[in-house]
Amino acid sequence: MVRAHAENVLRPRDQEDLVEILHAHPRPLEPIGGGSKRAIGPPVDADRLELSALSGIVAYEPAELVLTAGAATPLATIEAELARNGQRLAFEPPDFGALIGAAPCGGQTIGGVLSANVAGSRRVSAGAARDHFLGFAAVSGDGVPFKAGGRVVKNVTGYDLPKLIAGSWGTLAVLVSVTVRVAPLPETETTVVVPVRDPAAAVDVLARALGSPHDVSAAAFVPSRGAALRLEGFGASVAARVSGLLEWLGRDDADPLVDAESRAFWRQTGAAAELGDWPCIVRISVPPSEAPRAIEDIEPERYLLDWGGGLIWAAYTNADIERIRSAIPAGHATLWKAPRALRESAEVFPRPPAAVAALAAKLKAAFDPHGRLNPGRMGRQVTPGHRAFETRH
Amino acid sequence: MICLPEPDPSLLARRDEIVRALRALLGRERVIDEPLRLAAYETDALTAYRQRPLAVALPADTGEVAGVLRYAHREGVKVVPRGAGTSLSGGAIPAADAIVVGLGKFNRILDIDYVNRCVVAQSGVTNLAISHAVADSGFYYAPDPSSQIACTIGGNVAENSGGVHCLKYGLTTNNVLGVEMVTPEGEIVRLGGRHLDSGHYDLLGLTIGSEGLIGVVTEVTVRILKRPETARALLIGFAAVEAAGACVARIIGEGIVPAGMEMMDRPAIHAAEAFVHAGYPLDVEALLIVELDGPAAEVDLLIERVQGIANAEGSTSCRVSASEAERLAFWAGRKAAFPAVGRLSPDYYCMDGTIPRRELPRVLRAMSEMSARYGLRVANVFHAGDGNLHPLILYDANAPGELERAEEFGNEILKLCVDVGGVLTGEHGVGLEKRDLMTYQFDDADLEIQHRVKRAFDPNLRFNPGKVYPTLHRCAELGREHVHAGKERFPDLPRF
Repeated sequence: MVRAHAENVLRPRDQEDLVEILHAHPRPLEPIGGGSKRAIGPPVDADRLELSALSGIVAYEPAELVLTAGAATPLATIEAELARNGQRLAFEPPDFGALIGAAPCGGQTIGGVLSANVAGSRRVSAGAARDHFLGFAAVSGDGVPFKAGGRVVKNVTGYDLPKLIAGSWGTLAVLVSVTVRVAPLPETETTVVVPVRDPAAAVDVLARALGSPHDVSAAAFVPSRGAALRLEGFGASVAARVSGLLEWLGRDDADPLVDAESRAFWRQTGAAAELGDWPCIVRISVPPSEAPRAIEDIEPERYLLDWGGGLIWAAYTNADIERIRSAIPAGHATLWKAPRALRESAEVFPRPPAAVAALAAKLKAAFDPHGRLNPGRMGRQVTPGHRAFETRH
Repeated sequence: MICLPEPDPSLLARRDEIVRALRALLGRERVIDEPLRLAAYETDALTAYRQRPLAVALPADTGEVAGVLRYAHREGVKVVPRGAGTSLSGGAIPAADAIVVGLGKFNRILDIDYVNRCVVAQSGVTNLAISHAVADSGFYYAPDPSSQIACTIGGNVAENSGGVHCLKYGLTTNNVLGVEMVTPEGEIVRLGGRHLDSGHYDLLGLTIGSEGLIGVVTEVTVRILKRPETARALLIGFAAVEAAGACVARIIGEGIVPAGMEMMDRPAIHAAEAFVHAGYPLDVEALLIVELDGPAAEVDLLIERVQGIANAEGSTSCRVSASEAERLAFWAGRKAAFPAVGRLSPDYYCMDGTIPRRELPRVLRAMSEMSARYGLRVANVFHAGDGNLHPLILYDANAPGELERAEEFGNEILKLCVDVGGVLTGEHGVGLEKRDLMTYQFDDADLEIQHRVKRAFDPNLRFNPGKVYPTLHRCAELGREHVHAGKERFPDLPRF
């Protein structure tokens, strides 16, 4: 049970401060960048470790396609600087402000985005945050300052620790600075919306589009609109591919959304913003072909499909996450949004199978031997000394 | 001089017992202990080094791998996993007190799933066999290491292999959805699957590129892509390396992501042209091959733009492929660069550092200075888009001291890569070859954390001992019986 403590707040000015805090501070710590995702996952009984001083772009050379920044650099700062140079983060980090409701839009930091390994609709073609995370400097839970990866786009020197840190939700190490791969902005984009209503028909359209040679960069099903397919790139190329794609699909009834309209559509869709009024949201990754049946089995009150059907955003008044998990044959489900009481009682993050969970617990102990960072954030299993890891299935 | 940890005499003494136990698990035929047959496993593509293992086990299914690894765990036996043995960094070179677990029997494609655009293959299936299996339907597997006709998908997972197309399509790690792996304790785990991302820690991402240090991969699920409608290439010559570098930067600066962008320096151009007569210009200091792929409308447009950029950057020649045959001819020289250089010299040593691209002129200048100092020639081929350098150092292993000099030269190049903000290896892996340079790129704390990761999986350091991370053990010199060009392992494999 998590008790509400009078919170201490620590604000390291730099890596040195952070090392000292991790050596000396007697209580567990909750690393916080912008705080925009604090309401995802169970509340953590820990002192706040506010990292906002670790902010600012350290190095950015557009022609090298890499950018290095303090971990708590606001994402908005980075995106603006990239846009000035005709570039972007290809994984399209979504802003969950509208969906979660607990924090205003625009508050997230690059370190938070990477720690949560989120990705928008371009996940299906360009990868997630993990695929663009090249290197970092961090401090382990027991105060060891270390770096991993590099500042170049092609590197296989040593373990790929950026992959492990991506999606670890601040439970393994505290990021100090990060290097990400960046990509050119397209000249133009067009989204075609194919009017289908049924999830099986929609997933079929999405799969055929993604299996076409027309470089579809995003493929989602929004039941109120239809199956949406995005084409990005140079003007002449996009125009040719739009007609090529419609011919490939045998459809002449699709509506196009161009540039600003298209961008607005994907900003909404990638962040599942239209489900923001629902109290419970479950984020489910499945093999795309399983999505239609999964939707029948898990009976959401509303839903969206992204990633060609591979990502289900399911909305409920009250979600039974374990029932949902048992209905999904492959993949994983996270209770992305829920009232505090439910986040305290349910397992927000999926439990890995026992043998994998045992490895995860050993990794947690390797990075954070005293269990100081975000205890319980990713489930009680990854708390050193907690027997649950060995015994739960 | 590279060496392995001193073998454990008690393990060497138990060889017969270990062979008997493995035979009880796998049968007589699938455990190799005869010296003549063991010789086939004593090295990989880092042929300057060789070492016979205790024995080679050839399990045929995941259950058998788990059985062998449980036995090895119980008895404290060391294990070196092996795919096709094409590692250029010595990742698959055995240790004297270890058994090799060979995945040669894992040669089946288990499922082709066009709806979810993935293929499930056993880990011993070759990289190219996956693309071949889906070619009729117009799909392919994007990462294309130069040894793709021989290297296995499991080996690609271990090394996080790249290829000439990874600037646009990513490395192995960006194209693998899941693996089945047996841990050092003999537990079978599935990481990932046909879905995207992990709901918990990304152990799949950690496994890819872990160089056989944390388990044996038995099955791999890869993402497949629709083959691009068109591919065309440009062959662009420059009077100076700086101009070629500026051209590459401009292409990327204008938002173009070529499928491949390769650079060769003068020695490499001349060697390649003399070997395959690809029609390369011989009066240039740097040659770029820029390949664009995708929908025809896009490729046509971008070819024009790249031509414009090349003109503006002062190219001395620029040809556009007018046919598939001509495109392949542009590539022929580049793909033959390694054997072409091999003709100039009895032996060559291939390096693999990555640098920020802007540092290329400085690094090339420093390399020609080193070349004079070491008295060894060097030719350069370069994945220009992502800064991955492959300097080829020419030497003669039969000339006393030349191999040592070539290695020192190589080490100095790699240190320079780190000094200018790059890394020791872009795609070949650390393996045995670059292990002792790890302390140059990483400090003690960095390596301490990586050791902790290793120990989380393998607390007794039994898996692929002596690779990737420097150890303080006393060291045993490896056999260094060298073979010459034309007689090396995999002489027919293209290398680029």
